[in-house]
Amino acid sequence: MSDAAQIPQFAFRLWSLGRARGLVNGLIGIALLLGLWWLGGLIVANDPDLYAFANFAPEPTLKRLWSMVLSGEVISMSGPSLERVGLGLIYAAAFGVPVGILIGRAPRIHELTNVPFQFMRMISPLSWMPIAVMAFDTWDGAIVFLIAMAAVWPILFSTAAGVRRIDPAWLKVARNLGAGPLHMLGSVILPAIAVDILQGVRLALGVAWVVLVPAEYLGVTSGLGFAINDARDTLDYDRLAATVVVIGIIGFALDAAVGRIVKKLNWVRAAH
Amino acid sequence: MAVTQLMPGASTPATAVSGTDLPASSPATRSPAAPRRAATKGAHVAVKSLSHAYRRNDGKVLDGIDFEIGQGEIVALLGRSGCGKSTLLHMLAGLTQPSEGEVVINGNGVREPSHKWVMMFQAPSLFPWLSVAQNAALGLKFTRRGHEIDARIPEILDLVDLGAFADRNAQELSGGQQQRVALARSLAPQPEMLLLDEPFSALDAFTRRNLQRDVRAIARNLGLTLVIVTHDVGEAVRMADRVIVLQANPGRVAEDTAIDLSEEERAGGAEGFQREHSRLMGVYSRIAEAADAQDDIANDFTQL
Ligand SMILES: Nc1ncnc2c1ncn2[C@@H]1O[C@H](COP(=O)(O)OP(=O)(O)OP(=O)(O)O)[C@@H](O)[C@H]1O
Ligand SMILES: [Mg+2]
Repeated sequence: MSDAAQIPQFAFRLWSLGRARGLVNGLIGIALLLGLWWLGGLIVANDPDLYAFANFAPEPTLKRLWSMVLSGEVISMSGPSLERVGLGLIYAAAFGVPVGILIGRAPRIHELTNVPFQFMRMISPLSWMPIAVMAFDTWDGAIVFLIAMAAVWPILFSTAAGVRRIDPAWLKVARNLGAGPLHMLGSVILPAIAVDILQGVRLALGVAWVVLVPAEYLGVTSGLGFAINDARDTLDYDRLAATVVVIGIIGFALDAAVGRIVKKLNWVRAAH
Repeated sequence: MAVTQLMPGASTPATAVSGTDLPASSPATRSPAAPRRAATKGAHVAVKSLSHAYRRNDGKVLDGIDFEIGQGEIVALLGRSGCGKSTLLHMLAGLTQPSEGEVVINGNGVREPSHKWVMMFQAPSLFPWLSVAQNAALGLKFTRRGHEIDARIPEILDLVDLGAFADRNAQELSGGQQQRVALARSLAPQPEMLLLDEPFSALDAFTRRNLQRDVRAIARNLGLTLVIVTHDVGEAVRMADRVIVLQANPGRVAEDTAIDLSEEERAGGAEGFQREHSRLMGVYSRIAEAADAQDDIANDFTQL
């Protein structure tokens, strides 16, 4: 066999090893987490004071999780939560993106709104809870409001920052070629900041997913937060732990999905 | 090279978009499939007692500029850095309004930008999220002529020698290629005038020469009026039929002179080119030095 034929083979092996290394390390990370969890369970089980919580250990939890997956409970409890988070994010984007563009484009509006918005951003979204409960007829409405309050800031600020980074030459070129305001928005501004918006959505999703569980301790009788609360009240600890795992997995998957879209939409190419 | 290809022949883009004023393209060679439209007529420009100050209390950047540019004329605006060339060009493009006087194109005062007089800047500023073809098509899209894109864009990319790059991302091209895309983008909406603001100054000498030659040839073939802002005397001689030399502080027309050279002589090196180059260099230096002397007097005053 000639040397030339061997080079690509060698290169291919390096490449596949490179891919495998990431996967292997990821699996080791998961194994480490499971090991720590298992160790914690062992300590709890052997401590007479904590013995009642032994069902938090991986084995009962994962067994329970499997039965919850089979019975469809996982879907029925995460469905309403996903709906609330989705709605909250939609409202947050519907407000955050246009206002962010306005702030990014008009220095005067930026100056006017900066202090109030930074102030409101620092308020924990959960402190709006009493107001939300009073202002909305339904528990669902209040929860969606809380999620939107948490999600709006990352989207708004990320959008505004993206708009400020737009190369002014692009706008000049577009104006020069006869672009009207709608083309400016649709063909220059939005494509230029699409990635910034999505990065804002990704951050917002993280915050929203964190706020969701305590928000669902409110009145509602569905969703992941309710399931946690309910499991605690009924001392159903393996179900509680299984729900925590479900929350983690869904959050991870959502973040990864948005991350993939960001990567796909990102137009920045490395210089070469 | 695109320009040498496009001269004769029925199927080449130049014949499709231009028409009469091209000696090589007799009516017989014009393709019947070519778009039925009047041959592009270059814009006629009249700059009338134009003055400009950026802020009310600032000194004038431009002061009492008067000149006319005929249809299809190729004119260089030559002047030192800061004498107001870009400012003047922005006003020709309708991107800035002068504080006094006006720019009249084809008999109408210029109030706003239009795809009929397109400016090309020093940086190509392509949209990095679009392909080469999509970038070139922007002007058609903005002026609601999207239906022309499929027919015109391949043509126009061939014209600037980038036919093979249509589907590439704009960022994957070299600086010279990107400037060609910017040229295609400017030409696609069939402008009557191109305004170039030192568009080749960031390129290496060889690429710059090629583009200078190609842009001149394209403008002549299409009958476009071409205004080139430059502080490079060689560029002015290579590209322009006429050079308007501006003096600085405030910007005024100091000299208006014709460059009388054949296309071969412009290619450089030859005796005629050298003659015109040193003549223009002389004019330019005299005006620049006069400005220096004036600056010195002004400095003396402020130091008193
Ligand atoms: N937007 C602006 N606001 C205020 N002053 C400006 C502005 N643009 C240009 N100027 C001033 O106007 C004068 C002319 O600028 P201009 O850019 O037209 O010069 P130029 O001849 O194109 O120079 P260069 O060759 O360096 O590009 C300069 O003194 C500059 O400082
Ligand atoms: Mg300039």
